[in-house]
Amino acid sequence: MTRKLSLILAAAGLMALAACSEKPASGGASEVPFGSAAAAAVTPPESFGPPQGEPIHAVLTSPPHVPPPVNRNYPAKVIVELEVIEKEMPISEGVSYTYWTFGGTVPGSFIRVRQGDTVEFHLKNAPDSKMPHNIDLHGVTGPGGGAASSFTAPGHASQFTFKALNAGIYVYHCATAPVGMHIANGMYGLILVEPPEGLPKVDHEYYVMQGDFYTTGKYREKGHQPFDMDKAIDEHPTYVLFNGHEGALTGDNALTAKTNETVRLFVGNGGPNLISSFHVIGEIFDRVQPEGGTHPQSNVQTTLIPAGGAAIVEFHTDVPGSYVLVDHSIFRAFNKGALGILKVDGPENKLVYSGKEVDSVYLGDRAEPNLHAVTAAAKANAAGTLTKEDQIKAGQQLFTGTCSVCHQADGKGMTNVFPPLAKSDYLVKQDREHLISIPLHGLHGKITVNGVDYDSVMPPMSQLNDDEVANILTYVLNSWDNAGGQITKEEVAKVRAQPAPAAAPEH
Amino acid sequence: MRAWPSMLMLGALLAGPVAAAEYAPLPGGTFTSVLPADGKAAPAKIAPFHMRTEPVTNAEFLAFVKAHPQWRRDQVAPVFADRRYLTHWAAPDALGDALPQQPVTRVSWFAAQAYCESEHARLPSWYEWEYAAAADATRSDARKDPAWRERVLQWYSRPSSQSLPTIGGAADVHGVRDLNGVVWEWVDDFNALLVGSDSRDQDGADKMKFCGAGAVSMQEKENYATLMRIAMLSALKAVDTTNNMGFRCAKPD
Repeated sequence: MTRKLSLILAAAGLMALAACSEKPASGGASEVPFGSAAAAAVTPPESFGPPQGEPIHAVLTSPPHVPPPVNRNYPAKVIVELEVIEKEMPISEGVSYTYWTFGGTVPGSFIRVRQGDTVEFHLKNAPDSKMPHNIDLHGVTGPGGGAASSFTAPGHASQFTFKALNAGIYVYHCATAPVGMHIANGMYGLILVEPPEGLPKVDHEYYVMQGDFYTTGKYREKGHQPFDMDKAIDEHPTYVLFNGHEGALTGDNALTAKTNETVRLFVGNGGPNLISSFHVIGEIFDRVQPEGGTHPQSNVQTTLIPAGGAAIVEFHTDVPGSYVLVDHSIFRAFNKGALGILKVDGPENKLVYSGKEVDSVYLGDRAEPNLHAVTAAAKANAAGTLTKEDQIKAGQQLFTGTCSVCHQADGKGMTNVFPPLAKSDYLVKQDREHLISIPLHGLHGKITVNGVDYDSVMPPMSQLNDDEVANILTYVLNSWDNAGGQITKEEVAKVRAQPAPAAAPEH
Repeated sequence: MRAWPSMLMLGALLAGPVAAAEYAPLPGGTFTSVLPADGKAAPAKIAPFHMRTEPVTNAEFLAFVKAHPQWRRDQVAPVFADRRYLTHWAAPDALGDALPQQPVTRVSWFAAQAYCESEHARLPSWYEWEYAAAADATRSDARKDPAWRERVLQWYSRPSSQSLPTIGGAADVHGVRDLNGVVWEWVDDFNALLVGSDSRDQDGADKMKFCGAGAVSMQEKENYATLMRIAMLSALKAVDTTNNMGFRCAKPD
């Protein structure tokens, strides 16, 4: 009886959908130069019938890990239990942020089901949460993507059930007002709906998701940083990050593979604001399913991932080395944290690539979370025990990250382009205040260093805070046969408070 | 007071107020709420009323349950409070680690109403609460000031793993304290904010729940902060208790 009824209902739905899809056709399809394939009406997804077998509890994983393939040839009832947890975590070295999470991580737990599965979704909101939350899964067909049915107060759990009608990789996110703030605090993740036949086997699957973050303090400003609503509305993020934290995919946390393997990345973008130009430096994506759709693209360099969208990216590893994941809106990578590393181990393949691995040298230390000396110096400074040696050590690491790209790690610069800091007669001639003002306010116009003329622009390094500037300058003064000396945080603060010098001061 | 003989009688039956709580007079008037009175733009009209200057504390609520044992956590009827009710206290009649001067939380709307009755008062309406919370030290409506919004949002950014602050913040222009930055507070009509008002558009009920939909009513940035409070209240049922939900009472003029 019910079987019959559902058949009738399905047929009715089919007719309704067909009717819908015909509307634009009668309205003037001739103006649209669609190919013949596009002329086919939208067909409703297959219904796959009722769930079979025992209910299955979904395996959820934390980023960057992906649950194992479903490996099932029938649709099942799958139970997903996801807990919302509000917690303080580091967003960068020495910087903490209050995240709102699905499952305790940013992005939230990865969910993997099979097309046709009936998913019984349990959303739990931890008792010590401050906020009510809900979930909108882009893989759900129904009003609000589940949001209306999952609005959950702290210390409560909601349940709703949906059928995974469409295969693909889908973003899920919290949709409680104010939606933007919930997303900006980390409430997003991915759900993969495998096609019935599954995905082709690969050697590695990883879960990477970009998000933009808005803090009241500047990039890397130490301490606890609250959410900044104005910056979020203006769409001026302080951080743009993969997997929620600076360093989440670098150093010891780098993704790994061996040469001659296949890698599949599920790349999502939680936003809330930015679109990602996802690129892996030194790799060409053999296959991309843009926006998670069914039709793949081949040989892609950079793929656009919309806010609230995702893609499946696959490539083969041929040459060992460090491959850098970036948002190729490149200031986000080098000045806001959107960096990840895929380390590929194995024998060199000189036929494919021979020579220095320019990318890993270029970024090298910058991409490693090895700012321990910086943290040590910050602590010593707070405790009043900061020594010149602490400053030099911290300054060296900061120099590698911020200054060495132009002035080079050996301080020798590049003749006629980037002035040398090593054994620099220019530095000797500057008074302390002007010396400090160079990183703070930048420097432009003609100067002469060690007998060579330079006429270019150094931008202000305004992302550096006072003690970072003091440490870098102290490092420079005590390196490469320079004259020595020490700059304190207080001196920097004093110069920062003054207006920027009007023009290039060299006479 | 003269106008409330029946309340007085009820109060006498309930053994009277447990402590001499302070109430401050608020003049009321027309007020631009984030929830327009007609669902579009009409301001709310608020009659003069009195508001408790501070949220009800653990100590005050302890005295209340001692006087009214039917509100002890081991005796309360399950239809009036969920299982989390007052579970942060060491015992049904002892605070333990909960500080006397912290606002009481994990109280249901029913329990909050009963407490207010014991003070010959009631819970404030949403409009009364929102109007009172719009004030700062010098102005009755400081919502246009970024500093006001900052204060509200900062509390949202503080993780709730830290223990609650005690009451006693700076008094605002009306002499009321701690409206923002300490706890959520129950209001009388909490469950009418999204679903109950027929005057709102038909899709009103869903507006706060769906992606992007809430943006329609968030034309002013400062409303953002207030809307989160509405979202919180809307998520609750009257028996619910949460770690951060307290209350204060109000009285008519």
